[in-house]
Amino acid sequence: MIAFTVRRLLASIPVLFVSTLLVFLIVASSVDPLAPLRARNPPIPQTTIRAEAVRLGLNHSLPQRYWDWLTGLVLHGNWGTSVSSGYDIGQRLISSFFVTFRLVILAILLSLILAIAVGVLTAVRQYSRLDYAATAIGFLFLSLPTFVFAILLKSWAIEFNQTVRPNGPPIIATLFEASPNPPTSFLGKIGDSAGHLLLPTIVLALVSYASWSRFQRASMLEVLNSDYIRLARAKGLSRSRVLLRHALRNALIPLSTQVALDTAGLLGGAVITETIFEWHGMGYMFIQAIDNYDLYPLLAWLVLASTLVIVFNLIADLLYAVLDPRIRLA
Amino acid sequence: MPEKNNDDAPVLLPTLGASLDQFVRSGGMPQREFTVKARTQREIVFRRFLKHRAAVTSLIVFLLVVLFAFVGPLLWNQSFNFMSNDIEVPPSGTHPFGTDSNGYDLFADVMHGTARTLEIALSVSIASTVIGTVYGAVSGYFRGWVDTVMMRIADLILTIPAIVVAIIVSDKLSASISSAWYFLAFILSALFWPVCARIVRAQVLSLREKEFVEAARALGAKDTRIIFRHIVPNCLGSIIVVLTLTVANTVLVETALSFLGFGVRPPDTSLGTLVSNGQTAIQDGFPWLFYFPALFIILIVLTINFIGDGLRDAFDPQQTRVRA
Repeated sequence: MIAFTVRRLLASIPVLFVSTLLVFLIVASSVDPLAPLRARNPPIPQTTIRAEAVRLGLNHSLPQRYWDWLTGLVLHGNWGTSVSSGYDIGQRLISSFFVTFRLVILAILLSLILAIAVGVLTAVRQYSRLDYAATAIGFLFLSLPTFVFAILLKSWAIEFNQTVRPNGPPIIATLFEASPNPPTSFLGKIGDSAGHLLLPTIVLALVSYASWSRFQRASMLEVLNSDYIRLARAKGLSRSRVLLRHALRNALIPLSTQVALDTAGLLGGAVITETIFEWHGMGYMFIQAIDNYDLYPLLAWLVLASTLVIVFNLIADLLYAVLDPRIRLA
Repeated sequence: MPEKNNDDAPVLLPTLGASLDQFVRSGGMPQREFTVKARTQREIVFRRFLKHRAAVTSLIVFLLVVLFAFVGPLLWNQSFNFMSNDIEVPPSGTHPFGTDSNGYDLFADVMHGTARTLEIALSVSIASTVIGTVYGAVSGYFRGWVDTVMMRIADLILTIPAIVVAIIVSDKLSASISSAWYFLAFILSALFWPVCARIVRAQVLSLREKEFVEAARALGAKDTRIIFRHIVPNCLGSIIVVLTLTVANTVLVETALSFLGFGVRPPDTSLGTLVSNGQTAIQDGFPWLFYFPALFIILIVLTINFIGDGLRDAFDPQQTRVRA
């Protein structure tokens, strides 16, 4: 097990390197940090532009730039230089990541609880009215774009705020990850964050809920139709014990790997959700960097994103092996 | 479906009309061996699909949406880029979906946006499915180091967050060539094909060990012939299912990109840009600006998902259960 983990970890290092190369080539050849300077009116002197090119390390060939960037990152932990001064890429990346991470983790938890509960219920009561209703709702959420759902929730919350308390402060927070001047006490701060998390978490959770509940239903059905469940019932175990101890535990295995695989992908959904609720997380960092033609923060963002994909793929593989003893790691 | 499949699994289903006829003629004695009718694989799949009511309804609705998008503009009296003097009119007879703050007729806008969204979705799904099928089939057929190298490359592309690279590249491309939606389609196809490649490869890996492949090889068929005439047609079921799922996925990604302002851009419109324009419309008192384009996105993705579900059930050889 440990040998397998180590080998997989080592194998993912070259993948990560090639992935950074690919990302660097795509991004560095399509994003020109000097474009806003060149487009400025009245035009600014060539020497200024050249000085900026040197400052950002753009005066070398593409392979040389990749090498400089990579060695700077690996050897010195240096993410490169932003076009705007006073922008510490590493620091910004970490602070943005934790804002988003909070949202993604809560959304995954909420979505998992809902998906497992609904998945198990609909599998046990297959083809019942509950099953059809849940399936219909599942398909609806599967087809509902994140941004449409986010805008709907936000507008409803604004309407709700206006009807319940027209002139006071809003009851449901619809903007930002925290109040402009949050309460100073620890509990007050937590409450403030939680209030702001409410709507974005629901949006993000329901998007993944749709596919996870379908997934859980299918795997639960497969387990329920297997011989060992029939045997467990036949030898006289109670229905609830068979369901929870024998069936559910095995039916959770496929879902757990699916969740690990989907987690990195939730980042994309988080970008959209954060944009609508005007959060200052990964989404904001990304869009701001694009608007400013800011090459190195973009690269940092993408390196973190592809690292997350690779790490979560690894976690999915390991989870599968840990949870299902039949799988041998050759 | 190739004829080979019939020998693999002869599926004989009694038909009600014929069996009743036989039943009467034989004097009330059931004669099952004469009341069966052989069907081709294609017929079986088609009949199974027709039994899936949600899928059939969805197919009809989807075709209506396609007609609305592509034939509608020819019949409708207003163009999507014509500014009328009716500013922010609620839905009425002359403007079934109302107008926006510039006097654009939303009905014409939604038609044009739906057409654009569908064009992108269909071209991306067809292109990425064709590339993915060829790639996956070759990789799975040759196995060994060819497979290893090809699949590592595909995996690599999957580690790049699709939406993000699409934003970066389309940002650059549409700065130089405005309203070039086919660039967006090209980028999305370049990012989506590995999904299909992996699914086709997994199927080819098992199909290449089948007897009919061995027989074809014994008869002297070349590798390309075996892959494209014998193996790929047998994967058609999963390929079609992947195709429909890619359509749904592309619609979601394209509208999200256009919503953020990185996909289709003004003066061109897609359903995503229309929703983006109508973002604050609900609070501002013009809810139709948001609801109509949003409704069309949901309609397209929902119907495609149901069609995909129906196709998956229809192509599934193990499927025995009867749909309610």
